[in-house]
Amino acid sequence: MSPAKKAKTNTEDYLRMYRQMVRIRSFEDNANQLYLSAKMPGLTHMYSGEEAVAVGICEALTDSDRITSTHRGHGHCVAKGAEFKEMFCELLGKEEGYCRGKGGSMHIADQSHGNLGANAIVGGSMGIATGSALRAKLQGSDDVTVCFFGDGATAQGLLYEVMNMAALWNLPVIYACENNGYSEYTKTEEIAAGSITARAEAFGIEAHQVDGQDVLAVNDLTQKLVARARKGEGPFFIELMTYRYHGHHVGDINREYYRSKAEEKDWKENRDPITRFRHFLVQEGIASEDEIEAINAEVEKDAADAVEYALAAKYPDVSEVDMHVFAD
Amino acid sequence: MREITLSQAVNEALAEEMRRDPTTFIMGEDVAEAGTPFKVLSGLVEEFGTDRVIDTPIAEPGFMGMAVGAAMTGARPIVDLMFGDFIFLIMDQLCNQAAKTHYMSGGKLNVPLVLRTNLGATRRSAAQHSQSLQALVAHIPGLKVAMPSSAYEAKGLMKTAIRDNNPVVIFEDKLMYQDKAPVPEEEYLIPFGVANVKREGSDITLIATSSMVQVAEKAAEMLAAEGISAEVIDPRTIVPLDEEALLKSVRKTSRAIVIDEGHQSYGVTAEIASRLNEKAFYHLDAPVLRMGAMDVPVPFSPALEDITVPTPEGVAENARKLCAGEMIHAA
Repeated sequence: MSPAKKAKTNTEDYLRMYRQMVRIRSFEDNANQLYLSAKMPGLTHMYSGEEAVAVGICEALTDSDRITSTHRGHGHCVAKGAEFKEMFCELLGKEEGYCRGKGGSMHIADQSHGNLGANAIVGGSMGIATGSALRAKLQGSDDVTVCFFGDGATAQGLLYEVMNMAALWNLPVIYACENNGYSEYTKTEEIAAGSITARAEAFGIEAHQVDGQDVLAVNDLTQKLVARARKGEGPFFIELMTYRYHGHHVGDINREYYRSKAEEKDWKENRDPITRFRHFLVQEGIASEDEIEAINAEVEKDAADAVEYALAAKYPDVSEVDMHVFAD
Repeated sequence: MREITLSQAVNEALAEEMRRDPTTFIMGEDVAEAGTPFKVLSGLVEEFGTDRVIDTPIAEPGFMGMAVGAAMTGARPIVDLMFGDFIFLIMDQLCNQAAKTHYMSGGKLNVPLVLRTNLGATRRSAAQHSQSLQALVAHIPGLKVAMPSSAYEAKGLMKTAIRDNNPVVIFEDKLMYQDKAPVPEEEYLIPFGVANVKREGSDITLIATSSMVQVAEKAAEMLAAEGISAEVIDPRTIVPLDEEALLKSVRKTSRAIVIDEGHQSYGVTAEIASRLNEKAFYHLDAPVLRMGAMDVPVPFSPALEDITVPTPEGVAENARKLCAGEMIHAA
């Protein structure tokens, strides 16, 4: 099938993918503003620039499929189906947040959509994702779990322990390595020897490298791997080549000592996943410029409304401080 | 009543709960055909198969993390950690992930798992296979900690642990696996947070955990022969802790020694002694004494190892001094 013909048959899916990418960007722009205007406690890690990764992957999953996320997790959370209102409330520590304000940016979880949670320990959720896949296998369900982590996390030993077991037991897990080129404030090439995909291949795990700025490429590959994982052919490993527009966290402003402005400009101007997909949608006649602008405006309004709501929302009552230490 | 070993009691508890709840499974190193080095799990793989008694590679953080993920998604994993000392290897998965998930998710996610492991020195296993690390995990909010003192407790506490909706760490004493105790044939559970008065007394309270309960009971025997009446209390779980039962006893006897095999400094004994001081101070006739393991890595040589842990003689000696009004200090 030609790309154009295929595109037309998937109009609804494509527009949803576009909208989800814009929602992530818009969420992050607002979160960044909240930080810069000192309205948000703590700090946060922006997903901007990596939207095609989360959306391309999560659009290949159902609500009963699960993901584990990272400290840079807002994108995964949105892509897996979360609502702005509860997310902004969580970022601001409000009672109506997904975690009643107890988790914050780095621990957002939304189990109603299969998001087992962001994790503030780099690589900390690799065991959880693999255990979730073990559970699916023991239960005889065909649910797939995707484990998101960054290139920096490939330095953690836990990855190799769980990939070994996942491969031994053919677990339905997909390890999604978001290679954004930087391990916090250090270039990936300075922290990772050899090839990243070869790490998975050493365990006999089929590994792919894909352009993480191309949502359709990510989605096509993930759909195929998810279908195979459901049939017991997992695990799989994907290295998604992407880029982080902001610093390691929102406060990492002056970063020329590790990354040039020219490099950032090049990625933003020439490889932006949203701009690229927008051009594709217009070129293929899937959406007009006006329709695209309407989506953008709608999302921006949703985000602005949610921010306003969250700012006015109430904090949890102090009596909640020792609630949820133990489950009943 | 029939008597069975602590090892058999644990095995029975696991088998009964695994028959009862298909979401339970065991994972760890050499748990299947080998039944662990202590043979506690012998026979379970024959009944439940390798899908539910899962041999893992030697990768403690890996399988501990997987148990957390399986627990978050509806299973009740029972993790077998071959030696308590290996807790250091799984600290992130246990303390940063399992312990905090329920809280961090605002109560939406549960981690109902059991970590079975052990404690105890004097087995000539040296510094990395002899530690009693219960204080480390008891320090972390979100973890429950059970310390069975006999086969009876081992079975009843294990069954409760498996049904609990939180991460529970159970420490079994390696030297007690072959110790027999009366265990009913019929089903029973021991609730968490309920201490057991093992022996009643009026002059001094000996609060002891795990195998230190036997040490305290022997000390109480010696003291009884000298006319000192010692009460022996086993908290059974240190998280949650049955503080009321301990306070009640100390208010009655006005003296207490707390005995636990973990290192004495910053340990379980310190926590319990401190609570007694805070809440029963005006009932006390003597300082509350701590008796833990010496603050040294566990030495290999029997000549050295045996003096690092509390003994019945040592407990009796300290009790005599406290009852005589001598000012003594914890080491």
